[in-house]
Amino acid sequence: MKSKVYPNAAAALDGAVFDGMTVMAGGFGLCGIPENLITALRDSNVKNLTVIGNNVGADDHGMWAVLANGQIRKVLASYVGENKILAELFLNGGIEIEFNPQGTLAERIRAGGAGIPAFYTRTGYGTAVAEGKESRQFNGDWYVMETGLTADLALVKAWKGDTEGNLVYRKTARNFNPMIATAGKLTIAEVEILVEPGELDPDEIHTPGIFVKRLFKGSGYVKHIERLTTRPRASGAAAGVEI
Amino acid sequence: MAWTRDEMAARAARELRDGFYVNLGVGIPTLVANMIPPGMKVTLQSENGMLGMGPFPYEDEADADLINAGKQTITELPQSSYFSSADSFGMIRGGHIDLSILGGMQVAENGDLANWMVPGKMIKGMGGAMDLVAGVPRVVVVMEHTEKSGASKFKQRCGLPLTGKSVVDLLITELGVFEIDRKGGGARLIELAPGITLDEIKAKTEADFTVALPVSGEKPAGMKSAAISAA
Repeated sequence: MKSKVYPNAAAALDGAVFDGMTVMAGGFGLCGIPENLITALRDSNVKNLTVIGNNVGADDHGMWAVLANGQIRKVLASYVGENKILAELFLNGGIEIEFNPQGTLAERIRAGGAGIPAFYTRTGYGTAVAEGKESRQFNGDWYVMETGLTADLALVKAWKGDTEGNLVYRKTARNFNPMIATAGKLTIAEVEILVEPGELDPDEIHTPGIFVKRLFKGSGYVKHIERLTTRPRASGAAAGVEI
Repeated sequence: MAWTRDEMAARAARELRDGFYVNLGVGIPTLVANMIPPGMKVTLQSENGMLGMGPFPYEDEADADLINAGKQTITELPQSSYFSSADSFGMIRGGHIDLSILGGMQVAENGDLANWMVPGKMIKGMGGAMDLVAGVPRVVVVMEHTEKSGASKFKQRCGLPLTGKSVVDLLITELGVFEIDRKGGGARLIELAPGITLDEIKAKTEADFTVALPVSGEKPAGMKSAAISAA
């Protein structure tokens, strides 16, 4: 069997991208985003992308680069603040945005990856989010039908991975990555630490390798912090300051 | 005197109970984290995927892989756990989080909440707010009573697009506290901020409400301890 391991993002993305495709990318804000793959996606210059993710990067960072390069036609996200180019494009009709409640987006991706075409959720009932969707009553409460999501390409970032594609995420950088790993026709993972099988504890693997078709060891991680909040060492106070 | 932001947060902190799992929204609700009464165990959830949020890190310990839902750097505690956003919203939607405290743009007397978009302005998105108000059994909104124009934000009906329909249980403003019956029983004024008169709050409120204030001089339970811990 051909190895799943590629030398870098460009090699891993080779032959996997085309105009008009749907791409999912993991991350919450700039935490846990596949930085190397996003840069390679920008460099690929594929156009008319539909991008699914919680956010679309933030000014100068993450998926913002693909957006700024004019490659995105439509976005499915839950929050798109701190992104001036996206705001401009949206206000002048240059991009379509489908807003999804964060939990609905997470569950739509989970469902898509698990072969579930639709589900009902109470989230959004009676709001604009429910417009045009089937609503149905269960046990006296109203629910909205939401559909599962899949993508042509899923891009995820993990902390550690082995050559079989087994992945371990770190802290809150996990966020959307595990579901997105399951929902791509082709899933590519970038990891900070690439190890041989046996080096990860099988009991502690978050994403089993079956979902990951290609992976590589990423490099040059920026891991930009959007809102650095700290507390002084001297005081023991829980309250902190934003700098 | 109307309550300050800290005093509004301290009032919201009186809704905490020992053993609660709680989600706090951005703005004034975040201040509640500093007002957990001593001896009370409250576990804070961050909807991006963490239970047991710790305080902000020391300057040299900030970790880009460890942020809260407001994208601020935070720390973990010995009891912390991490999980995916799907598991996180499973907790929220499944009713496992005891209390959600969040901000609002408008609240209606039937418990409707609007806090995510203003038509004609750039929409940032609802994030997790719609899931929180739909799934958490008790929802407390902390917001300013009026807009800068003086218009009441506590309405008969929300004019802004809704975040959730009949989802608010308690509304705390700088002027007082209203209890709302989600099942159609209407709103009741249960507390006034010190020095605020019934006439004043009536004049500044569009919503219809009944009055159920404590007898003069009687302090609602828990007021004292919350005030101390906020200091």
